Amino acid sequence: MVRLKDSLEIRNLAVDVDGRHVLKDVNLMIEKGETHVLLGPNGSGKTTLLLSILGLSRYNIVRGEIIFKGKDITDLPTHERVKMGIGIAFQNPPVIRGVSLGTMLNICMGKKTAEITDEAVKLAKELNFSEDFLTRDVNYGFSGGEIKRSEIMQLIAQQPNFVMLDEPDSGVDIENMELIGRMMGKLLQRDLIPSKREKMGLIITHLATILDYIHADRAHVMLKGKIACSGYPREILAGVRRNGYEGCIRTCQENNNNTNVTNCNYNKV
Amino acid sequence: MSDKYSSNDKKDEDYKEDLLKVGFDIEEKNRAGSYLQVNHSVSVERSNIEDVEILNTVDALKKYDWLEDYWWKAVSPDKDEYTKEAEINQNYGYFIHVKPGAKVDFPIQSCLFISKEGTHQNVHNIIIVEEGAEVHIITGCSALHGVNNAFHIGVSEMYVKKGAKLTFTMIHLWGPEIFVRPRTGVIVEEDGIYVSNYVCMNPVKDLQMSPVTYCGKNATALYQTVLYASEDSKMDVGSVIYLNGENSKTEVISRTVARDNSEAIVRGNIIGKNKGIKGHLECRGLMLSDGAVIHAIPELRAETADADLSHEAAVGKISEEEIEYLMSRGLDKEEAASVIVRGFLNVDIKDLPKQLEEEIQKKIDLSAAGI
Repeated sequence: MVRLKDSLEIRNLAVDVDGRHVLKDVNLMIEKGETHVLLGPNGSGKTTLLLSILGLSRYNIVRGEIIFKGKDITDLPTHERVKMGIGIAFQNPPVIRGVSLGTMLNICMGKKTAEITDEAVKLAKELNFSEDFLTRDVNYGFSGGEIKRSEIMQLIAQQPNFVMLDEPDSGVDIENMELIGRMMGKLLQRDLIPSKREKMGLIITHLATILDYIHADRAHVMLKGKIACSGYPREILAGVRRNGYEGCIRTCQENNNNTNVTNCNYNKV
Repeated sequence: MSDKYSSNDKKDEDYKEDLLKVGFDIEEKNRAGSYLQVNHSVSVERSNIEDVEILNTVDALKKYDWLEDYWWKAVSPDKDEYTKEAEINQNYGYFIHVKPGAKVDFPIQSCLFISKEGTHQNVHNIIIVEEGAEVHIITGCSALHGVNNAFHIGVSEMYVKKGAKLTFTMIHLWGPEIFVRPRTGVIVEEDGIYVSNYVCMNPVKDLQMSPVTYCGKNATALYQTVLYASEDSKMDVGSVIYLNGENSKTEVISRTVARDNSEAIVRGNIIGKNKGIKGHLECRGLMLSDGAVIHAIPELRAETADADLSHEAAVGKISEEEIEYLMSRGLDKEEAASVIVRGFLNVDIKDLPKQLEEEIQKKIDLSAAGI
């Protein structure tokens, strides 16, 4: 088996959640410098895939493997995966009472202090947060948009090599969308020329808006626990817009006969 | 340093570290005054500023006839067997008197310390904060490590006069064999503010207290309690607040962690008697072991149609979701639990001595390691 350094590879992954088979047979390869988007209807298994890569305990891997930077991480606890360079922006992170957003930033930066550091303040400003906001209990009473910005801010503090973003654009107003898009771009080194990029990303989105800010390298459509088709983001998205998710897959199957650009794993429906 | 009552073999310096743990700094850095009593001996009674008088209550009663008007007026000697015992066999206690309008910048510190095996320490304290004055009193009650079989009864009567503010921070650091019965009454007059912070992080054999606060017109009483029950400790801690005056208000917040075979009973009782009164109880418990017990008893009693009283109580375990959120930021499971417990117990107490904060921190880190 070929194991590429500086890549994330998922082979034949099957995952159960609370006894339900959510992911059936997922194959995915993200190489150094690439950002992929993950599309698909609710309940198709997108979040499950991200949280399985993260290694949360509810996600029971029944088959397959996850290889990161050439190492099989399938059985590693979450914090060790994080130390290897995996990071995530959650869709619905929990409130932790008595733990401030500033403390979370310190934790992300590997600092063992409860005090609000200059670096944290500087970062907060970039994300349009006041210094005062850093003293608030993390996620407590945050608006939808504040949660998105807070999650991305924590990732910037953490500087992971592989960035997962679970719907970073949902519930965000236009003003903040631009900011979030810009910050995501920075996080994923999209401001650099492709050959200089090292960071990898996997972004779940329902809205195409984010693609105006992040010119992703590839898009995948997830359906019923499998990656049904993959291809150029614009092309896939146009297909989804025109024909819905199921329709998109048909299109991609047809395309698959003519070209190798878009390939389809959704062989037997 | 006054040593007229000192009959101890040891000097206060020998207890320096023990005293620091409950916030008493014998070097008096940033302190407006001090009272230290070891067993039955008054060791320090000194004020560093003119507007504050600090004495033991035996001498104070001799010095001021008017003090009779405050003696056993906020607490009844007939309340129970412990108050009776304190009345019959009193061993000093502090008298702290803050003059009208005085704004005391630094806290006053006091410590009631037990260093000898078998000591029964029965103190009777009086605090009077005159009209418009403001003060923070930090009092630590502690026993020397290894002392078994001691008994502490502390009667405290506090008077917060019109427009005055008293912040009273009490730290208990007893031992697994110490029996503790504080008996406290607080009278808060019109526009007065009483803030109580209570921290008990170490094992104690049996601790039971339920300070009673009486609020006058527009008066405010705020209670923050942090309990960490471990080993075989039994803690029964409550606050009773009478909202007697119009528009008086109170907020009672408690955080309790219980582990091992400890039992923590956390009570709160607000009695609303007058127009425009407002009260809220918040009682949260965190269970760390199967052998432990947390029993939350919030009570509200309205005796007026114009009452606004509420409570919330929640007892539970550490949330797996919160642990994993922190793990996804790079902490291992133990570190994550430690951060959560620390956050849970994180109540904002102003002017808390640094050593004390560190002591609390150490305790939390140690405890989270066992999860």
